[in-house]
Amino acid sequence: MSPLLRIENLSVTFATRAGPIEALRGIDLTVGAGQTLGIVGESGSGKSVTAFATTRLLDRAGRIAGGRILFKGQDVSRLSGKEMQALHGAAISMIFQNPRAALNPIRTVGLQLADALRAHRDLSAAAARARALDLLKAVLIRDPERRLDAYPHELSGGMCQRVMIALAVACEPALLIADEPTTGLDVTTQKTVMDLLARIAAERGMAMILITHDLGLAAKYCGRVVVMERGRLVEEAAPGRLFAHPQHAYTKRLVAASPTPNSTLADLVGETRPAGSGIPAAPHPAPPRGTALLLEVQDLVKRYGNAAAVDGISLRMRPGESLGLVGESGSGKSTTSRLICRLIDPSEGTILFDGQSIGDVPARDFHRSELRRAIQIVFQDPNDSLNPRFSAFDSIAQPLKRLTGLRGAALRARVMESAERSGLGPDLIDRFPHQLSGGQKARIGIARAIAVRPRFLILDEPTAALDVSVQAMILHLLDLLRREDDLAFLFVSHDLNVVRMMCERTIVLQNGRVVEEGASETLFARPQSAYARELLAAIPHFDPGAPLAATA
Amino acid sequence: MRTSLGATTGRAARRLLSSAPALIGVLVFTFLLMRVLPGDPAVFFASGPNAGQAEIEAVRKQMGLDRPIPEQLLRYLGDVGTGQLGRSMTTGQPVMKDLRERLPASLELTFAALLIALTLSIPLGILAALRPGSAVDHGVRLLCSLGVCVPTFVSGLLLIYVFYYLLGFAPDPTGRLDVFAAAPPGITGFLLIDFALTGDWEGWRAAAAQLVLPAVTMALFVIAPLARITRASMLAVLGSDFIRTARSLGLSRTQIVVTYALRNAILPVLTIAGIVFSTMLGANVLVEKVFSWPGVASYALDALLSSDYAPVQGFVLLMAVIFVAVNLVVDLLYGLADPRVSIS
Repeated sequence: MSPLLRIENLSVTFATRAGPIEALRGIDLTVGAGQTLGIVGESGSGKSVTAFATTRLLDRAGRIAGGRILFKGQDVSRLSGKEMQALHGAAISMIFQNPRAALNPIRTVGLQLADALRAHRDLSAAAARARALDLLKAVLIRDPERRLDAYPHELSGGMCQRVMIALAVACEPALLIADEPTTGLDVTTQKTVMDLLARIAAERGMAMILITHDLGLAAKYCGRVVVMERGRLVEEAAPGRLFAHPQHAYTKRLVAASPTPNSTLADLVGETRPAGSGIPAAPHPAPPRGTALLLEVQDLVKRYGNAAAVDGISLRMRPGESLGLVGESGSGKSTTSRLICRLIDPSEGTILFDGQSIGDVPARDFHRSELRRAIQIVFQDPNDSLNPRFSAFDSIAQPLKRLTGLRGAALRARVMESAERSGLGPDLIDRFPHQLSGGQKARIGIARAIAVRPRFLILDEPTAALDVSVQAMILHLLDLLRREDDLAFLFVSHDLNVVRMMCERTIVLQNGRVVEEGASETLFARPQSAYARELLAAIPHFDPGAPLAATA
Repeated sequence: MRTSLGATTGRAARRLLSSAPALIGVLVFTFLLMRVLPGDPAVFFASGPNAGQAEIEAVRKQMGLDRPIPEQLLRYLGDVGTGQLGRSMTTGQPVMKDLRERLPASLELTFAALLIALTLSIPLGILAALRPGSAVDHGVRLLCSLGVCVPTFVSGLLLIYVFYYLLGFAPDPTGRLDVFAAAPPGITGFLLIDFALTGDWEGWRAAAAQLVLPAVTMALFVIAPLARITRASMLAVLGSDFIRTARSLGLSRTQIVVTYALRNAILPVLTIAGIVFSTMLGANVLVEKVFSWPGVASYALDALLSSDYAPVQGFVLLMAVIFVAVNLVVDLLYGLADPRVSIS
C-alpha cells in the first residue's frame, strides 16, 4: 500500500536580495494514513518550510526547486491553483503557530467555521452554523453557543488554537500538519490542546505531522520522529530510541540541550562537571543566615481597573540569591517583575531594596534614582527590546552613559568588557540587531544589563524566544556571571525545568497570588499545592521508556 | 454586534462634547486672523472710493468696528452662541442663510466626487496589491501620479475642452442646473435627491450631467491618496497569518480577497477618506470657480477678497464643524467595521 504522503528529494529555495538561499536540500519522508510523524529541529532547520511546501503555502519568494510531493499518489507540487484549493482543508489542513493571528480578527468564530465548511460542501448558512456548533463542541470549547458569535480577540490563546483546530478538521482532511501548535501557550494549555489534537486525529483516523522544537512534545505525541538540521533530515526513528540513543551528532547535541526533570546546567552544554556533581542544580552556596535582606516585598498589589494582576505578593531575597517566579500567563509573574524593577507603579504594598523603600518612587522618576544602577532587567524578546537603529555597541553604551557618566575610552573599555563577558565577540560589536542571530541579540541584552554592575538582575523569560541549544549556552552564561559578580537573580519563566536549574528558591504564582514557595529541589520533587502539581505534570518529558500517548 | 445602540450614542455624544473647546479655539483664531489681515472693511463698504472720512467712520461705527477688539470678540461669540453668524456685506443676507443655500451644492459635489474616487481607487488599489511590482501596479502608480500632478483647474479646463467643446457630451459648465431648467422644490437642497423625491427624472438627469465633470475633476485629484493607502493596507493584510489560514482551508479567491482581506484593509482607507472629504469640501474652491458652482468655498473666497469678515468667519466655523462631524462618522464606522475598537 502506498503511503498517504511521500516526499521525495524535495528542495526549496528562497529568493533573497543576497541571492537564492536553499531552505530544503533534498529531503525524503513518508507518512502513512493515520500515522503521527514529528519533525523536530531548531529555527532555520527547514521544518516549517517542509510544511508550507507540502501545502503549497510558501511565501512568494519561496519556490519548490526540485523533488516530488506525492499525496495519495498525486504530485502536489504540479497541481494548479484551483486543484490545490480543492485539496486545502478538505484533504490537507494546517494548524499554525500564534493562533490569535491565524484567525480573521473581524469575523466571528462561527462565520469563519462556516466559511471553512462551505468552501468544500454545499451547505445552507443555517446548516453550516449548526455544523460549526458541533465542531466547537468537538474541540471542547465551553459555552459553544455563545462562542459562535465571539470574535478572536474575545478568546484566550488556548481557545483560539482550539478554534483553529476546529477549522482545520472541519472538512475531515486525511492529513493534518500542525506547525508549532502550542508555542506561546502555557504548559497546562499546551497539554490540553495537544491531548485534544491527538484524540481528534485518532478518532477521525487522520494522519498528523507535528512540527515542534520541543523534543518532549514530539516524544509524547508522535509515533515516529525525524530530526532536521539546515534543510536536511539527519535522523529518523521512534522517539524512545531516538532520544535515548541518538546517533547523529546534531541529534545528540539537541537532546543534551533540552532541559529535562533531572538535567543540570552542565548537562545542557555537554560539559562534564568536576567531581561532586552528584547534587543536580545546586548552583550557589546559600549565603550565611543573618545576612541583611537585599529585597523585601510586602503585600504588593497592582490593579488594572477592577482586576488585580498582582494581588498581595510578598517575597524576600538575600544578596546573591536566585529566586524563580513561575506560573501561567495571567498569573502576574511579569507584572511582579516589572513592579520590582520599577517600570510600573504598584497600587499598594511596599518594596524595600537594601533597606530603602523604592516602591513609592514613581516609576517615571526611578531612572534618576541611585538604585537604578543596582537593579537591571533582561527582557524577554531579544528583537523588540533592542533599538533597530542602534549598533550592539550603542545599545550597551547608552545606559552606561546615563547611569555611570563614563565617557570616551573608559566607556569603550567597559562596553567591550561587558560584551566579552556576555560572549559577544569584538567583531560583532558594531553590528545592528538585524545582522545578528537571536542568541547574539540575547547576549546584547545581558551585556547591557551587567555593564552598569548591578547587584540585582531581573530576568523576564530571557530564553523564551531562543532555540534549545542557544538557550543552554545563555543559561550557562547567566549562571557564570551570577557567580562571578555575586548577583541576585529574579528569574521569571514559564519553563519549570529551566527555573529548577537556575534558582535555589522558587515561588509559584496563580491569579496574582503566591500558591507555593520553597527550595527549588523540594518544590519540584514534592510539590505541595495542587496547582504546582498540575503545572509539573503538564510538562512533556522524553524518558526513554515512557509510554506513548498516541501510538501510530 | 456587541456595540449596543445606547453605548454608541453615548460615545458619539462624548466625542462631540470633547470637540467643543477646539471649535471655540477655531472661532477665536479666525476672528483674530481676520482682524490682523490687511484691508479695512469700513473703507471697502463705504459708498465709493471718494467717500469722505466721515462716511467711513459712520460705516465703521455701524459695523461695531470702532470698539476695542476684546469687546468685538465677546459680541461675536455671543452672536454665534445664539446662532447668528452676522450679515454678509456683499450679498446683504445673513451669513447663516447664505451658507445654508450654498452648502448643499458643495456637499453634493464633494459626495459625488468622493464616491467616484472611491469606486475607482479601491479596485485600483486592490489590483495593484494583488500583483505588486507588475505592469498593473506600475500603471496604477502612473495614473495616481498624474492625478496628483495636474492641478484641478487644469484638469477641469481640459475636461471641459474635451467633453463640452470638442465632443459636446457635457452641458454648459455653468452651475448646478441649466439656466432654463426648472429647479426642484428645495426639500433637501441636494438637487439629485430633490429631483428623485419629486419623481422628475428628466431634471435628475440634467442635474447629474452638470455634476459629472466637476465631480470627476475633483475625484482625479484624490484618487492617488485613496488608491495608495488601499494598496499599502491590502499588501499588509494579504501578508498576514489569517490570510494564510484562509488559503490553507481552501476558501475561494474572491472570498479571501473581498471578505477576508478587503474588509480588514478598509479601516485605514476609511480614515483617509474622512480626511480627504473634509479637505475636498474646503479646497475645491478652484473647481467651484472653474465650473461656476455656487458652493460655500467660492462664496468664502469672494468674501475674503472684499474684506467681508462675517462670511469668512462663518465658513471657517462651518468647516470646523463639518470636520468634527466627519471624524465622528469615521469613528462610528470604525466601531462598526472593527469589533476590536472598544466602546470606551
